Amino acid sequence: MTQINVRVDGASYTDDVEPRTLLVHYLREQLGKVGTVVGCDTSNCGACTVHLDGQAVKSCTVFAVQADGCQVTTIEGVATGEGDGATLHPVQRAFHEMHGLQCGFCTPGMIMASIDLLKENPDPSDEEVREGIEGNLCRCTGYQNIVRAVRQAAAEMNGKAADDPQAEPAAVDTAAAEHVAVQA
Amino acid sequence: MTAVEDPAAAVDLPPAKEVGQARRRKEDARLITGKTTWTDNMVLPGMLHLAVLRSPVAHGRITHLDVSAAKERPNVVAVYTGADLAEEQGSLPCAWPVTPDMVNPGHPSIAVEQVNHVGEAVAVVVARSRTAAADALEAIDVDYEPLPVVLDMEQAVQEGSPLVHDSTSSNTSYHFVFDAGEAGTGTDTDQAFADADVTVSRRFVQQRLIPAFMEPRSVVVQPAGDNYTMWSATQIPHILRVMAAMVTGIPEHKLRVIAPDVGGGFGGKLQVNPEEILCLLIARRLGKPVKWTETRGESLMTAHHGRDQVQFIDVAADRDGTVRGLRVRLLADMGAYLRLITPGVPALGAFMFPGIYKFPAYRFECDGVFTNKVPTDAYRGAGRPEATFAIERIMDELAVELGMDPLELRRKNWIGAEEFPFTTVAGLEYDSGDYHQATEAALELLGYDELRAEQQRRRESGDPVQLGIGFSTFTEMCGLAPSRVLGSLAFGAGGWEQASIRMLPTGKVEVVTGSTPHGQGHETAWSQIVADQLGVPFEDVEVLHGDTAISSRGLDTYGSRSLVVGGTAVVKAAEKVVEKARVIAAHLLEANADDLEFTGGKFSVRGTPGAGVGIQEVALAIFAAHDYPEGIEPSIDAEATFDPENFSFPHGTHICAMEIDTETGFAKIRKYACVDDVGTIVNPLIVEGQVHGGLAQGIAQAMYEEAIYDAEGNLTTGSFVDYLVPAASDLPHFDTGNTVHAATSNPLGAKGVGEAGCIASTPAVVNAALDAVRHLGVTDIRMPLTPERVWRAIHAGGDGGDRAAEGSNAYGGARTTESGIEEAQQ
Repeated sequence: MTQINVRVDGASYTDDVEPRTLLVHYLREQLGKVGTVVGCDTSNCGACTVHLDGQAVKSCTVFAVQADGCQVTTIEGVATGEGDGATLHPVQRAFHEMHGLQCGFCTPGMIMASIDLLKENPDPSDEEVREGIEGNLCRCTGYQNIVRAVRQAAAEMNGKAADDPQAEPAAVDTAAAEHVAVQA
Repeated sequence: MTAVEDPAAAVDLPPAKEVGQARRRKEDARLITGKTTWTDNMVLPGMLHLAVLRSPVAHGRITHLDVSAAKERPNVVAVYTGADLAEEQGSLPCAWPVTPDMVNPGHPSIAVEQVNHVGEAVAVVVARSRTAAADALEAIDVDYEPLPVVLDMEQAVQEGSPLVHDSTSSNTSYHFVFDAGEAGTGTDTDQAFADADVTVSRRFVQQRLIPAFMEPRSVVVQPAGDNYTMWSATQIPHILRVMAAMVTGIPEHKLRVIAPDVGGGFGGKLQVNPEEILCLLIARRLGKPVKWTETRGESLMTAHHGRDQVQFIDVAADRDGTVRGLRVRLLADMGAYLRLITPGVPALGAFMFPGIYKFPAYRFECDGVFTNKVPTDAYRGAGRPEATFAIERIMDELAVELGMDPLELRRKNWIGAEEFPFTTVAGLEYDSGDYHQATEAALELLGYDELRAEQQRRRESGDPVQLGIGFSTFTEMCGLAPSRVLGSLAFGAGGWEQASIRMLPTGKVEVVTGSTPHGQGHETAWSQIVADQLGVPFEDVEVLHGDTAISSRGLDTYGSRSLVVGGTAVVKAAEKVVEKARVIAAHLLEANADDLEFTGGKFSVRGTPGAGVGIQEVALAIFAAHDYPEGIEPSIDAEATFDPENFSFPHGTHICAMEIDTETGFAKIRKYACVDDVGTIVNPLIVEGQVHGGLAQGIAQAMYEEAIYDAEGNLTTGSFVDYLVPAASDLPHFDTGNTVHAATSNPLGAKGVGEAGCIASTPAVVNAALDAVRHLGVTDIRMPLTPERVWRAIHAGGDGGDRAAEGSNAYGGARTTESGIEEAQQ
């Protein structure tokens, strides 16, 4: 057993862990942070993505001991405020608005990866979003609404960047405009 | 309590209609914040963890099995072999004996003497932690006497082939025939072929696929005396409860099954899993809660697979393109065992091969074949994608043979909008639709004329990148139901669905549905339906599901049946609620019930809309129960069961434009447009999302996915490194649309949408690929369209080979990057 000190979603923890314990299992089983999930055993699916010192990592590829002294943010820590008064992160809100999820199992990892993507590239094209989230697999949505969600979140986040007068919200196609209905 | 006149009510407008609105989903709040209840989240006091030792050989006798060292490992509580559990484990169920003489060798949850596929359970460890259980597996000593491995269906049915099961006389489980001439729905097929000008025959391969739901399977069983609660990541808690009770002998009323949040299914969780039974048996023995959660490797190797058919298709036509006859002969790989609906999948497809075309003659034959592979069973569309692929591919081949435009050939033969309802040669009655209208809309969405012109330019200039356009005009039988028809097909259960509605004292509404979602948005869509039916706010409705103690009866979610059958049960229950509330409202208003009208959630006396009482007020009045009519029970709850008269038949036209780099074999979808008719749309957002997801899976079959076994029967695509579930960068943007012709088989007019994209897209993509390179002499390319297969088809002729890279995916394990192509060519 090795002792580690980590800050997870703003709270400090001191815990003993086996050296082989993966960060995702530490988060889920020792801290009860079950929003982060395990979807594969080869680091392909990205369902376990969290932020480690602000960088998106697949928490199944990180040992818990490697997180010693680090800040970890999980899906449970991205909204601000608590309970009913919590304010969702723009990316969370956009996933809801754009129907960027169905079963929702990949969603925490997808949101964490998307937040990191927008930090790197605040105004990505559709293609850049697709490349940016290719490490996260979704089996339900066909990704199109996830791409829309990330673009919408980018637009909102850029619109809020008051210190950049040049910032323009990215053009976002709405679901309604793209989906053609022909009435019989 | 009496109703009072509310002067403000007179100016209230009825609430806007909910059905048809793109309501954002109620489900999302917990899913986007991580406040979910996946089965693997469950932690119970004293909970033990189960790990499974799985066979590394595809076919063998267990000659030595020593678990004594594993029992001594730290934190191990118990270790069981098949012999330990032989007496009580029963046989996993197969609910679809498609022929009376079907051979079913039975399926133990844990092997007793012999293993028949890689991954079959041979021992289980129960320990105080997941890691301790996994570690102890390594201490189990087991030897196998190898038996000949049977993997190829076409070889398995040959005389003298080794047998998968000693107890059977051949590897053929059943021979199922549907002959339209004999059934009285069509004419003599052989005569039709003899009389026709042209015949075209093809052999198509439906490669084996893995449903690959994102949430691995997980089960927790908690015993309490002789009662058991099972949480499982399942699509079918109701069916699972019945089947688990039958298999284990635990009385059904002592078993409660809960499907909490379930992370995808696609048919892959429409199963009674060995591990569910093992957890139940072991929890009973130990009197402690037991959990099993699979790894992804276990999931890909041992959860059931889908598709896996060899299809021989013959079509006959006149020179002018009029189709005369269709013959289908299938070999369908059952794998080593018959699981819940394994044999029924190809039989269900039997009714869909004629598609939307007016064939006067049709004959279908299918052999279900045992091999030493994991069993096949339902996967998104189940039987219908395979059928649609075959008919839509061979219509293109017929068009080539006749020198006709593929769309013109389809137009000539499809059922006209004025001909509905139309009884097909397979005996189905298609209720409504307009194939012409959907096709025209899809052509416009794609920008067809421009792309055809570009195709011509590329061909003439000898551009290394060629363009092709492929069609798929399809229909499917959805809304599985009706019970009588399912009975005539020997399916073990009916197709009805149940719902109940409970008006709570504060006017809020609980809707209980037997249909159990795993991402389809029932909580939202059902709320929209009830909001309209009862005239209550959308937010005032709560939908409960997936717990047999709350939702007492149901047949769960598969086959795009939820809205069509389950949604209709909700409508029926709501109608009963309104009728009962009407009687109470009349009493409160001192009026005659027949004089009351019900609009916008309010009962009022006809002609005096200002006075009245809302249904939510009625709910409080009946809870207080101070004053209600005689002969009425003090509640306004109701339940209803709906069993439709017919299936529903969504249809659509899908068009794929594909670029193929003839120098590298790399295929890329340039544009994808589809127009589906799913009947009345309750929530356009959800409908569109379902179409997108289906397209992704159907395109994945055409281009990326295949479960591949090596010569010894090992699954070589056993992880997401080499089983290529497409990523965002692998898929195109989809242009989607709808036409709306309401179904006539249910009052909602809904037809079902979950499977449409998956069924229709695969042939559209392959037809597009062939259209791009047919002028180079390519006649077929076997799925998936890996760069190597496409390149070989172009440069070596033929179809690119059956197994382009034996024992490995032809991408060489690489994702669909340009750099991966060079590897594949070497």
